[in-house]
Amino acid sequence: MRKTISVELVPDAEVGDYVIVHVGHAIGRLDAEEAERTLALFSELAAEEATAAGAAAEAALAAAR
Amino acid sequence: MKFVDEFRDGALARGLAARIAAEVQPGRRYAFMEFCGGHTHAISRYGIAELLPPQVRMIHGPGCPVCVLPIGRIDLAIGLALERGAIVCTYGDTMRVPASGNLSLLKAKARGGDIRMVYSAADALKIAAAHPGREVVFLAIGFETTTPPTALAILAAERQGLANFSVLCCHVLTPSAITHILESAEVREYGTVPIDGFVGPAHVSIVIGSAPYEHFADEYAKPVVIAGFEPLDVMQAVLMLVRQVNEGRAEVENQFTRAVTREGNLAAQRMVAQVFGLRSSFEWRGLGEVPYSALAIRPAYARFDAEQRFGLAYRPVPDHKNCECGAILRGVKRPADCKLFGTVCTPETPMGSCMVSSEGACAAHYSYGRFRDIPVRVEPAAEPVQP
Repeated sequence: MRKTISVELVPDAEVGDYVIVHVGHAIGRLDAEEAERTLALFSELAAEEATAAGAAAEAALAAAR
Repeated sequence: MKFVDEFRDGALARGLAARIAAEVQPGRRYAFMEFCGGHTHAISRYGIAELLPPQVRMIHGPGCPVCVLPIGRIDLAIGLALERGAIVCTYGDTMRVPASGNLSLLKAKARGGDIRMVYSAADALKIAAAHPGREVVFLAIGFETTTPPTALAILAAERQGLANFSVLCCHVLTPSAITHILESAEVREYGTVPIDGFVGPAHVSIVIGSAPYEHFADEYAKPVVIAGFEPLDVMQAVLMLVRQVNEGRAEVENQFTRAVTREGNLAAQRMVAQVFGLRSSFEWRGLGEVPYSALAIRPAYARFDAEQRFGLAYRPVPDHKNCECGAILRGVKRPADCKLFGTVCTPETPMGSCMVSSEGACAAHYSYGRFRDIPVRVEPAAEPVQP
């Protein structure tokens, strides 16, 4: 999908940047490194849960034995 | 799309949900208000309400731009089109908001009003340039996200010497509305709306930054977590809020670090400050008159101010007497508590403003959640009839 938008509100935007668009205007830049960091944190939190669930299951199993 | 799809991963969402369920303390209830309509939509659309443990309740806030627009403001725009012969331009969602006399901008258009839907304020400016013999009014609505584009349009109109363009300014401010909710009797005295924290807006915060919310953490001891609009963003924000409540903290935290900084978009803030000043009071649908909660065009740009140009006087109009939009916008009631919900009031024929926009609490619940209200009954299948 192609759409013409204005970058007047984000004067430092450069070709190749990702920007967040609202009603036809870029209102801010998207920081790719921060995005990767947030994604990594999701995985970490979800993995923490998997480990916790695994530990709980093992404990339950041990108790049953 | 890059930076969108990754934030909608189902497996990660279930992982985050399990994490939240593991961290909520038994016997404790958590109520968080998502201020912004974009979050209301995401919570309904992606089934986030179902992923959360039963102790966590999300309360829909008033941050849906068309939902808080009172009838009297739409009436002004309709009057400009039908009685003053102006071309009225506005964003799509605004077209269907019910107004007085069983009208809406869409119905006024059917009666011959020259009312046009635009995608941006810049489009309204183009229409003015193309019709120099006509008055062109942009009905400008929305929070801090749509205000900078309106400021740009006014500055461009001045630069281009456009003499037939003006703006009916209905821009409102997020922090004032949050203060109003925190000061409301329902939250302070009656405790009917328990709020343990806020999910802070995504796009609004890109513009204003995270600093304006520090007041709510300090003065009202309410945690605020600014979150992106994708489902994983919202899940993580809820987890961060649960942790703040558990640890007795009330801070402003930023989950949406990929786009939000503490100071926000300074270039946009400068343009807004140049063109707009504070109104001493403004009527919001559902909240009533809220002090210092909206913007007006500064005297230096008075010729672009439709209220002054046409000598408009605002007249408040009460909502439909059975419509519960007011209570829903304050978080006091839920969509299904309204008698009109899903019967006479649907997204096709909205009676109240919350049913108009996809960001409205009623429209979101109607589109994605209304079957949850119907209890599932399991009945044994009838014996097959033997031939």
